[in-house]
Amino acid sequence: MATTVSTHQTKWWSGGKSPFNVEYGKVMMWYFLMSDAFTFGAFLISYGTIRFSQNFWPDPNVVFNAFPGAGHANLPLAFVSVMTFILIISSVTMVLAVHAGHKGDKASVAKWLAWTIVGGIAFLGCQAWEWHHLITGEHATLIDGQIQMVGQTTTINPWGQLVAAGPELTAALNNSDQHVLASLVHEHHASQLGHAELMKLPKQDLVNMLSNAELHIREKGPVAFGGYFYGITGFHGFHVFSGVIINIVMLIMTQKNVFERRGHYLMIEKAGLYWHFVDLVWVFVFLCFYLI
Amino acid sequence: MEHTSSEITFHHHTDDETFKKKVKKTTILLSIITIIELLIGLVIYNIHKGENPSAYLVLAFKGMVCILTIAKAYYIVAVFMHLGDEIRNFIMTIVVPLMLFIWFIAAFLIDGNSYKNLRNDYDKHFKETTSPRPHHGHEAPAKPEAPKPEPGKQ
Repeated sequence: MATTVSTHQTKWWSGGKSPFNVEYGKVMMWYFLMSDAFTFGAFLISYGTIRFSQNFWPDPNVVFNAFPGAGHANLPLAFVSVMTFILIISSVTMVLAVHAGHKGDKASVAKWLAWTIVGGIAFLGCQAWEWHHLITGEHATLIDGQIQMVGQTTTINPWGQLVAAGPELTAALNNSDQHVLASLVHEHHASQLGHAELMKLPKQDLVNMLSNAELHIREKGPVAFGGYFYGITGFHGFHVFSGVIINIVMLIMTQKNVFERRGHYLMIEKAGLYWHFVDLVWVFVFLCFYLI
Repeated sequence: MEHTSSEITFHHHTDDETFKKKVKKTTILLSIITIIELLIGLVIYNIHKGENPSAYLVLAFKGMVCILTIAKAYYIVAVFMHLGDEIRNFIMTIVVPLMLFIWFIAAFLIDGNSYKNLRNDYDKHFKETTSPRPHHGHEAPAKPEAPKPEPGKQ
C-alpha cells in the first residue's frame, strides 16, 4: 500500500490533523456497529446459555429441512444456504457500489445499489417464507397423552425427542382426534384413501393402519427454542429491512445528484458499512441456529 | 476523490484492476468457506442419524465450523468493510473492545452448563424427562445414583 510509508512518518496526534484519518461520520458508524455487535452478541450468548443448560436441544437439521415448492422432501440446510448466498452476493454488489462512489461514477453507484436492494428484498422474502412455514407447519407432537398437530411458535416447540413405539404411543393414538389420525395416515401413505374418506372410517381402523407405518412423532421440545429463533432472526431481519430502506434513500439521493454536488460519495461508504455488518451478523446467526 | 475536510489526507489508493481482483478473490473465498460449512453441517446430520453418534466427533466438527465462521467474519470486516486499510490506532479502538467477547462467551456458556449439572443433581424429574434417549429403543445402562445432597449444606 502506497500510503503505509507516509503513515509512519506522519505525527497524527500533533494537532491540525484528524488522528484516525477517517471522516467523523464514518468513525461514528464504526462505533455504532461495534455497539450493535455487542447487542447481537448478548442475544446469541444468552441463547447459548439456555442451550447449555438443557439436556436435550432440537437438531437444526430436523427443524430446517424444508424448501419452497419441495413439499415434504427432507432437504436439511438447503434453503438457508440459498439465503446465505443471497446475502453474500448483495454484500459484494455493495462493495462495488462503494468502489464506484470512490471514482464518482454515478451510473455505476446507482446500478450496484439497485442490485443490493434487490438482494436485501430477496433475503427478506426468504425469511418471510421460512417463518410462515415454521409457524403454520403441522407436526405430530405428543402433548398431554394425545397426538396434536402443532407448528413452532414462541410458546410451543414440536421438535422434542422421538417417541418410541410402545403402549404409550398406542394409547396416545387412541386418544387423538379423528382429524389428526386421518392426517397422519395420509402423510405416511398408509392408505390410498383421501382425507375426506378417511374422516368417515372408524377411529380404530385408522389406528390399525398407523401401527404398521414408522411414525416420527416427537415430544414437546424446549420452549425457549422458538422464542430465541424468532427473536434473533427477527432482530436481524429488522436490520436487513432498515438496511434496505437506507439503501433506497441512498439510491434516491444518488439519482438526485446530491452526492455529485457534494463532491464525494462518503454517505454510500457509511451505508455500505452498515450493510456489510448485516451480512456479518448473519454469518453468526447462521452458525448458531443452523449449523451447530 | 476529494474529501471536504482538508485534515483528512488518507485515500484508498487501489487501482481498478487490483481492487476487482481482491473483491473477486474474497467472494470466491467466502463462497468456498460457506460450502465447506454446509458440508460439515451435513456430516454432523449423518453422524446424528447413525447408530452410535460420537459426541466428541460432533463437537470436533462443530468446532471446525466455528473457526471457519471466524475466518469468514475476518474477511468481511478486513476486505469488504476496508477496516484492514485504516490506521492501526483506529483498528485497535474497534478490535480491543471486542476482546470482551472472549470472557463473555466463555463465562455465560460455563454458567449455563453449570446450571444444567446442578439441576441434574438435584432435580431428578428434570433429568429423567429431558435426558436424550438412545435411538432404536435400546435401554440406557443404569447409571449409578448421584450422591445425595447433605441436608443443610448448600
